[in-house]
Amino acid sequence: MTGHILEARDLVKRFGDLDAVKGVSFTIERGESFGFLGPNGAGKTSTMRMISAVSQPTSGSLRILGLDPRTHGPEIRGRLGVVPQEDTLELELSVRMNLEMFGRYFDIPRTVVRERAAELLDFAQLAERANDKVDNLSGGMKRRLTIARALINRPELLILDEPTTGLDPQARHLLWERLYRLKREGVTQVITTHYMDEAEQLCDRLVVMDHGTIVAEGPPRELIARLSTREVVELRFGTDSHEDLHERLSPYADRVEVLPDRILLYVNDGDDALRALHEAGVVPTSALVRRSSLEDVFLRLTGRTLVD
Amino acid sequence: MASALDSTLGWPRWRRSWWYHATFYAQTWRGSAASTVLFPIFFLASLGVGVGHLVSAHTGLVQGQTYLHFIAPSLLATTTMQMAEGESLWPVLASVKWIRSYHAAAATPLEPEDIYAGKVTWVVTRAFATGVVYTIVIGAFGALESWWSLTLPFIGALIACAFCAPLVAFAARSQSDGPFSVIYRFAFVPMFLFSATFFPVSAYPGYLRPLVQLVPLYHGVALARAAAFGQGAFGALAGHLAFLVAMAVAGVAWGRHTMRRRLVD
Repeated sequence: MTGHILEARDLVKRFGDLDAVKGVSFTIERGESFGFLGPNGAGKTSTMRMISAVSQPTSGSLRILGLDPRTHGPEIRGRLGVVPQEDTLELELSVRMNLEMFGRYFDIPRTVVRERAAELLDFAQLAERANDKVDNLSGGMKRRLTIARALINRPELLILDEPTTGLDPQARHLLWERLYRLKREGVTQVITTHYMDEAEQLCDRLVVMDHGTIVAEGPPRELIARLSTREVVELRFGTDSHEDLHERLSPYADRVEVLPDRILLYVNDGDDALRALHEAGVVPTSALVRRSSLEDVFLRLTGRTLVD
Repeated sequence: MASALDSTLGWPRWRRSWWYHATFYAQTWRGSAASTVLFPIFFLASLGVGVGHLVSAHTGLVQGQTYLHFIAPSLLATTTMQMAEGESLWPVLASVKWIRSYHAAAATPLEPEDIYAGKVTWVVTRAFATGVVYTIVIGAFGALESWWSLTLPFIGALIACAFCAPLVAFAARSQSDGPFSVIYRFAFVPMFLFSATFFPVSAYPGYLRPLVQLVPLYHGVALARAAAFGQGAFGALAGHLAFLVAMAVAGVAWGRHTMRRRLVD
C-alpha cells in the first residue's frame, strides 16, 4: 500500500447547470491533517461528500484507502468516519444509545459496541451525561458526541465538515484539543473550515478553494510565507474615501488592499511602515500591526475576504 | 453497485437499518403500545356494540353479519393503513431534512436502498404485530368466524406495505411538510370513511360503485372482511390482492430510486 490514503485527480461534481467542483486534484497522506479552506459555496461540502464515498464524482478519478468508491462504496464507508456539518443525532434518545445504535450500522457486535461507546463517552467528556437525552445537551456537547459517533468503527480516515461552526470559543478549543489527541493516535483527518485560525491550528497541509477550484496548496505557514508578507498593518481612517488613499499608501508597502472598513498594508516590518507613514503626515484614526494569516492569503488569491 | 450482502453472514445489509428502527421503537414504545391494545377495545365497544345496537334495531344484519362483525375487519385494515401513514410522512421528512439521520446512515456502509428497505420492512413488521393484537381483540369480541382469520395479520402487513412503500418515497422527495396535511385531509380521511369501511358498497348509488374500486383501502378492507368471515369469490379476492401487491411493488421501485436521489446526489 502506498502512503496515500486518498488520491483525487480532476474531480468534477455537476448539479444540473451548476459546476460545484470544477476539476480538483489532491492527495492526502496517512496520519496527516489535511484542510479545505474556503468561503461558503466554494465547493468544499461537495468535495467532502465525494471523498466520503457518498456522492459519485461526475468525472475524474478518486481512490479512497486504495479502493474505487464506484465499486467499493460500502467497504470504504465502513472504514471512514464522517462528521457532517449538522449533528444529525437522534434527539429523543440518550447519548449512549446514539453511539450504540450507530455502531449497529457497521455491524459491530453488540458487546464490542458497548465497550467502545464507554471509551468514546470518556473521550468526548460526556460520560456523566451518558443517559441524558441528546436534546438537552449544549451545542458543544452535541458536536463532541457527533465526533464520538464517527469514531465508533475506529475509522482510518476521519472527515470533518466545518467541525466548529456555531460553537463558542471555549467549546471550539475543547474540540480542537480532542482533535489533536486523535491526530496523536494516528487518525488521518480531513477538515473543512472557513475559519482561518482553525485551519492554521489543525492542518498540517491545506488547499484553498474558491468557486469550485483549488487556488493554492501547502502547509499553512508556508502558504503565508509564499503568498503574503511577514506583517500586516491595518489602518482605519474614519472616512468613506479609502480609494483615494490607495495611491498615496502604495509606496510604503509591498501591496495595499482596500476593504470597505479598513486598509491593509502588506509589509515586512509593521512598526517601520507606521513610522514612515507618520513622518509623511498620514495620520489614521487607528492602526494595528499583526502577523499575516491565511485570511491574507485568501484575500491575495481571490480578492475577497473569507467570512463576510 | 457493490454486493448488497454482508461479507460476514451473507445477510442483507438492510437488516441493520431495520434493526435501527426496531431499537428506536424499543426505546420509545410505551405510549403507542398501550394505544395499540386499548384503541380497538374502545372502538369495537362504542361503534361495534353501541352503534351496532341501533343498526340491528333498524336494519338487522349487514351483508348477513351483525354490525360488530361487519366493521371489526375494517378496523384492522384502517389501523394498519393509518400506522403506515403516520410512520411514512413526517418521520421520513425529518430523517432526510430536519434531523438528517438518513444522511448520517448514508455515510455508513448502508446504501440508500438499504435505508429505504429497512424503513419499509420495519413498518411492515409493526403492522404485522398490530395485526396480531387486533386479531386477538376482535376474536375476544367474538367477531371472527373462520380459520382464515389467522391471515389477518398478514393482510394488515400487506396494507401497510402498499401504503408505506410509496408514501416513504413521496416524503423522501419532499422539501416541506405542507402537502402532508393536504393529503391527510383530502385523501386519507375520506379513504378511511368511504372505503366500505362502515357501510357496504351497496349503500352507494350504482354510478359511484366503480369509483370505490379505485380506492386502495377498499381492497384492504375487502380482503380483511373476507378473511374474518371465511367467504368470498376467488376472482374478486385475487383482484384485491393484486391491487395491493401492485401498489407495493410500484412503491418500492419509486422509493429506492427516490431515496438514492435524495441521499446521494
